[in-house]
Amino acid sequence: MATDAPPPSKEQHKLPSPEEFTEVHESAEFGELRRSYRSFAFPLTVGFIAWYLLYVLLSNYAGDFMGTKVVGNINVAFVFGIAQFVTTFLIAWWYSRHAAAKLDPKAEAIKTRMEGGA
Amino acid sequence: MSPAMTHVQLAANEASEHRPLIITLFALFVVATLFITVWAGRQTKDAADFYAGGRSFSAFQNGLAVSGDYMSAASFLGIAGAIALFGYDGFLYSIGFLVAWLVALLLVAEPLRNSGRYTMGDVLAYRMRQRPVRTAAGTSTIVVSIFYLLAQMAGAGVLVSLLLGITSDAGKILIVALVGVLMIVYVSIGGMKGTTWVQMVKAVLLIGGTILITFLVLLKFNFNISDLLGTAAENSGKGAAFLEPGLQYGATGTTKLDFISLGIALVLGTAGLPHILIRFYTVPNAKAARKSVNWAIGIIGGFYLMTIALGFGAAALISQDEIIASNPSGNTAAPLLALHLGGVDSAWGAILLATISAVAFATILAVVAGLTLASSSSFAHDIYANVIRKGQATEKEEVRAARLATIGIGAVSILLGALARDLNVAGLVALAFAVAASANLPTILYSLFWKRFTTQGALWSIYGGLIVAVGLVLFSPVVSGDPKAMFPDVDFAWFPLKNPGIISIPFGFLMGWLGTVLSKEEPDVKKYAELEVRSLTGTGAH
Repeated sequence: MATDAPPPSKEQHKLPSPEEFTEVHESAEFGELRRSYRSFAFPLTVGFIAWYLLYVLLSNYAGDFMGTKVVGNINVAFVFGIAQFVTTFLIAWWYSRHAAAKLDPKAEAIKTRMEGGA
Repeated sequence: MSPAMTHVQLAANEASEHRPLIITLFALFVVATLFITVWAGRQTKDAADFYAGGRSFSAFQNGLAVSGDYMSAASFLGIAGAIALFGYDGFLYSIGFLVAWLVALLLVAEPLRNSGRYTMGDVLAYRMRQRPVRTAAGTSTIVVSIFYLLAQMAGAGVLVSLLLGITSDAGKILIVALVGVLMIVYVSIGGMKGTTWVQMVKAVLLIGGTILITFLVLLKFNFNISDLLGTAAENSGKGAAFLEPGLQYGATGTTKLDFISLGIALVLGTAGLPHILIRFYTVPNAKAARKSVNWAIGIIGGFYLMTIALGFGAAALISQDEIIASNPSGNTAAPLLALHLGGVDSAWGAILLATISAVAFATILAVVAGLTLASSSSFAHDIYANVIRKGQATEKEEVRAARLATIGIGAVSILLGALARDLNVAGLVALAFAVAASANLPTILYSLFWKRFTTQGALWSIYGGLIVAVGLVLFSPVVSGDPKAMFPDVDFAWFPLKNPGIISIPFGFLMGWLGTVLSKEEPDVKKYAELEVRSLTGTGAH
């Protein structure tokens, strides 16, 4: 089995034992961190991929709708395209805010305790 | 003499007049980056320096470097050209290329930074049998990078022959060899530190050049975008259709399906590109990796928004005949636009053309360096150190192997690039994305998030995705049976789509699942607990 995992580099704290990892993995605190990450990142990923595919499908099969003029020569296709840019920026910002508020403190606490050699 | 011929000669004459200036600017970039490389090489002492630039770059620096690695000649010249010729459909590319970064941000960058060390293989092999999985990861890394490299090198040949008026075979081979030698020097001497600085310089030049051209285009239209679009539509001769989806991909049911296939490959491929993944190791921790992706999203997004002005600007200010005569795929639309903005016979036009051409060279050089680093790192760390030497190699031996691998990969690229100089290999970039999405991404996601995933599952998804993606392209119109194919004179294309993603990506995911449920070995649950805790908390991160 995978016994030859890379050793920790020289400037690192000690790496906890496999037992400690299993113990933390079972803990409620880690369970909460994992839930908080997955329940945010996974649905959001499905969401933005669906939103992008909608755009691809509309571009392919709804030419008339996409060609509708909105302002001057700017049509629905452009508005939709720019909207993809805007949602990408917003999702990146939203995830980072979630990570900073909900994930980083929990992750930091577990890491400090484990590397502190408790 | 046909009108097209006059245009070709016109473009060639314009180009050769500006040759000294273009060469001077290009030489300046080369000299500056060589200085950086030597300086970085002096500071490269151990393996973490060579592979990961000492993990000492800031989130902003790495974000800039990620952008530099990502914005290849294909995005700069290719997208501007595609918009100039096909209008709205060219713009579709940039959206896929950008949205893709969310996959990297939400699912890959931080866990990878936390649990890996130098390569993609570190994460894939973490809880698996090392030798087979690292061999597979190394193979896939090298295949993806070589395809990507070939497309870039061939692009360099085309660009240079157009801009400098070099048309002889010997001249083109010389250009490919020059690019190859430079990338060997950058990577083998400067390692990740040198390559990262080269990427940053290139990103600043590219963004600067793009802002300048965008500003000049918008100035011509009094910052009225509707006016710009209207003029572009009119001047293209295609009218309102130029501003709607469909000119390139809307022709038939097959081309529409091809577009869906391409779209999926673009969105899912980015987070599986080895030269992008190893960038996340150059920052101190996962938080910095997240911030660098955010910077990259901002920079790349801004850049793609500006390609709208570049592409439609070219369509509005230059005739379609002139664009096509200069390069049938529109790849020289951006430099031509620079020339026209400055004035075709004026010094200002010459300076702008030379600047944008030099930026394009810088772009190609930096991207090939990043690709070479990714493949030589994977060869040295995954295949040499962990497979051949079974983890017994010293750091010194590993870095030496990486430097030698750089020379080997560079030599192979020069040879292939020279052989392929007259083939249309632009489709290989899309293929690199498709392989990354079919072979690498499923394996990365299963490794990080699926407890039951086994060695057999990892091998089946990497090799399954890789073989099907490459196999389908081999029998697609990219390789044969099409006037624009690599080998237009033969026809063994039975697969109708140019992009294999719509088949090969689900296949890669399916094989990973099938290989796992059919495997006789038990998953290493303890090792997964360790990987999951490390990937989410950064405990014991390098």
